[in-house]
Amino acid sequence: MSTNTIQLTEFPVSRPLTLRLHEWVTTVDHKRLGLLYILFALVFLMAGGIEATVMRLQLIRPHNDLVSPQAFNRMFTMHGTTMIFFVAMPLVFGFANYLVPLMIGARDMAFPRLNAFSFWMTALGGLFLYFSFLGGDGLYGGGGAPDVGWFAYAPLTTRTFSVGHSTDFWTLSLLVSGIGSVGTAINIVTTILCMRCPGMTLGKMPLLVWLNLTMGGLVVLAVSPLTAAQLMLLVDRYLGGHFFDAQAGGSAVIWMHFFWVFGHPEVYVLAIPAFAIASEIIPVFSRKAIFGYPVMVLATVAIGFISMSVWAHHMFTIGMTSGANTFFVLSTMAIAVPTGIKIFNWLATMWGGKIRFAAPMMFCTAFLFQFLVAGLTGVTLAAAPFDWQLGNSYYLVAHFHYVIVGAILFAIFGAFYYWFPKVTGKMYNESIAKMQFWLFFIGFHLTFDFMHIPGLLGMPRRIYTYEPGRGWDIWNVIVTIGVFFQAAGVLVLAANLLLSYFRGKAAGSDPWDAWTLEWSTSSPPPEYNFAVVPTVRSRRPLWDLKHPEDPDWRYE
Amino acid sequence: MQISPTNIFAPASTPADSVFSLSIFVILTVTGIFIVVCALLTYAAVKFRIRRSDDHSEPAQVYGSNQVELAWTVIPVLIVIALFLASARVIASVQDAPKPSSALEVIVIGHQYWWEYRYPKLNIVTANELHVPVSDPAHPTPTFMTLLSADTDHSFWVPRLAGKTDLIPNHPNSMWIEPHETGLFLGQCAQYCGTQHAKMLLRVYVQPRAEFDRWVQEQQQVSQSSASAGERVFQSTACVNCHTVAGTPAKGLFGPDLTHLMSRDTIASGAALNTHEKLRLWIQKPDALKPGSKMPAMGLSDRDLDAVTAYLETLR
Repeated sequence: MSTNTIQLTEFPVSRPLTLRLHEWVTTVDHKRLGLLYILFALVFLMAGGIEATVMRLQLIRPHNDLVSPQAFNRMFTMHGTTMIFFVAMPLVFGFANYLVPLMIGARDMAFPRLNAFSFWMTALGGLFLYFSFLGGDGLYGGGGAPDVGWFAYAPLTTRTFSVGHSTDFWTLSLLVSGIGSVGTAINIVTTILCMRCPGMTLGKMPLLVWLNLTMGGLVVLAVSPLTAAQLMLLVDRYLGGHFFDAQAGGSAVIWMHFFWVFGHPEVYVLAIPAFAIASEIIPVFSRKAIFGYPVMVLATVAIGFISMSVWAHHMFTIGMTSGANTFFVLSTMAIAVPTGIKIFNWLATMWGGKIRFAAPMMFCTAFLFQFLVAGLTGVTLAAAPFDWQLGNSYYLVAHFHYVIVGAILFAIFGAFYYWFPKVTGKMYNESIAKMQFWLFFIGFHLTFDFMHIPGLLGMPRRIYTYEPGRGWDIWNVIVTIGVFFQAAGVLVLAANLLLSYFRGKAAGSDPWDAWTLEWSTSSPPPEYNFAVVPTVRSRRPLWDLKHPEDPDWRYE
Repeated sequence: MQISPTNIFAPASTPADSVFSLSIFVILTVTGIFIVVCALLTYAAVKFRIRRSDDHSEPAQVYGSNQVELAWTVIPVLIVIALFLASARVIASVQDAPKPSSALEVIVIGHQYWWEYRYPKLNIVTANELHVPVSDPAHPTPTFMTLLSADTDHSFWVPRLAGKTDLIPNHPNSMWIEPHETGLFLGQCAQYCGTQHAKMLLRVYVQPRAEFDRWVQEQQQVSQSSASAGERVFQSTACVNCHTVAGTPAKGLFGPDLTHLMSRDTIASGAALNTHEKLRLWIQKPDALKPGSKMPAMGLSDRDLDAVTAYLETLR
């Protein structure tokens, strides 16, 4: 750290824009990289949201011809790929990057340069994906953006069925961003294992840190097979390989296994950080320590392990043997047990507390409710015979959006408000935040509650239009109306964050009277986070400071 | 009144029946859990809200309780075991059911974006509209289907008859139905298979035994050459590369068999009714009915178009 940088921090206004941008592009600071991840994700959230809106407008009535089938198929492929790989993953990594070093009393991640490299790899992946709109035609005049679906089942991805370069851009995009994801995951795991401040044993880490440790491990295990599969697909397409090329004796089913052995742990890669956020916000706003900390840790690690053995529940309809189907019913249902334990522990944390429903807590309460519903519809899908009806229907689409939007995105919105004062030093506007909550809450429920019904009435996913007289029409209208509420909610969020950043009241270092280490440093935290590396004696070091007469370490 | 012809909760066939009973059990169980947990959440959120008169003291800090943790671990474990056993039973009863000798055998082949049906023992080939006999409990006549794919993945899903099973190239699958109601049952491809996945519709005609036998007899007949102008156009253009008309030189296999085209209610895999106008339009400009389908626009003159349409209309 040179004196030069310190000087620059003291006179932020006078620096020219190019210099400031240069600092952001070349930064290896975990906080800036965290913010880059989050801003990157928000840009892609807009893109994915527009794609969703196009689909919903097309489906508002049967036999609609707003977009062509080709365009619609690109929309759902791009929407899924964007939302998973370039919105949800970067959001998760962004918060992990920003918060983990601060919460363990470290000055940066273990490998700052790897951190920057990983972010830029992810960014490159996003660029590849969207460049396909221009470059996907290749020399063949076919293609455009990829249209093979976000899980790109073989053999639709072979050159026979996918001419041009659209599938190649999809493959490269996931290959490159996958390398970035594994880099960041290794960084998170190493940071947590090696960089904790004095006194912070594994058992004294905040839950958020424990959960991100699990997430990091899962990313390494889950993303690697996906990266391998992308390489195999490239070999198939350009070097005459036949891994997935069923016409030449390859196996379409092997691709499914590779994809879902990534795809299911991936759900928990996204969900566990959402659990992490809830596990920080619910205690602070209930004014109580988290209930059953050791059980919460155990349940998380159990979810991590079990989630590696459930992937084939995405494949109940592909004609596995009855034995295999039975096994995956059991493993999938087993995951409901640790998940249920987590819900009960959050409830017990609220029980007997003094709950203050500021925006972060409103989002986390909605998270609890929606995660409960998502988990229960998940149980219905886990019963394989029921899945033979529900799988690949709009019921399934509604279920996983309940997980990703209703649970994960709601928790992340809560995190935006909870840590906004820390990141910017400014307080957000509470009444605008509540307005966003209600807009998004209403929109979410209009869209995703009613989306279950056409699925139960036989409507499959990924159809650009449908026949009248199937009893699906009215539900599709309601589902589409909900989109506008959600879009308005996101715009209100963006406006609130921007407005508060420029006009907000100073927040102070600890506006929530919270207990973890990030609130012990200034807002925004200085580079290198802590002037003096803190020493902790319990899971809630700031509680100990604020209540010297009744510190936590007496009970842990 | 029927809310939907594809309602999964209105089963009319055996596998769909057993899935339906399981689904009711599962739904009741999760609804019970939902009510209990939701009530607890609502109670906590209302009862433990901070009061205006609050003295700003911190509430009692409770760190956990092993007894409580044990309780809410054991109860879910028991529920999971019950749901698992119920599911395992239905899996076995559907997947491991023996095939009776009275079963009708059909080979279903998925194509981009239509269905080919072959009845190997009856020597029938048809497309897009599957005919099966209704099954009488005294003399069960279930239909056992072998599922194949000619190109990409597809999925056979007629919700009122059975759950879906995928058709995967190089990976033969099977499924069976035993309908106990006659009528027309609708469905559609449920695994994304390319541009026109949406209009790869399924129609299953469950018929009384006598009616089914009559249909079989009709389908087994081979048409006679009419030597009409339309037939000459048909046989001298690319039509014959993809379509078969049994008993004539047309022996193409990429498209639907047209031998008994007029016995079908729809064309283009259910995308349009089989009327004179639609049939003519389909030959002239397939993209008007089903953009992106593999049927090419034939570029025929109006006279040839009328002749071919007239010829096809003789294929009963």
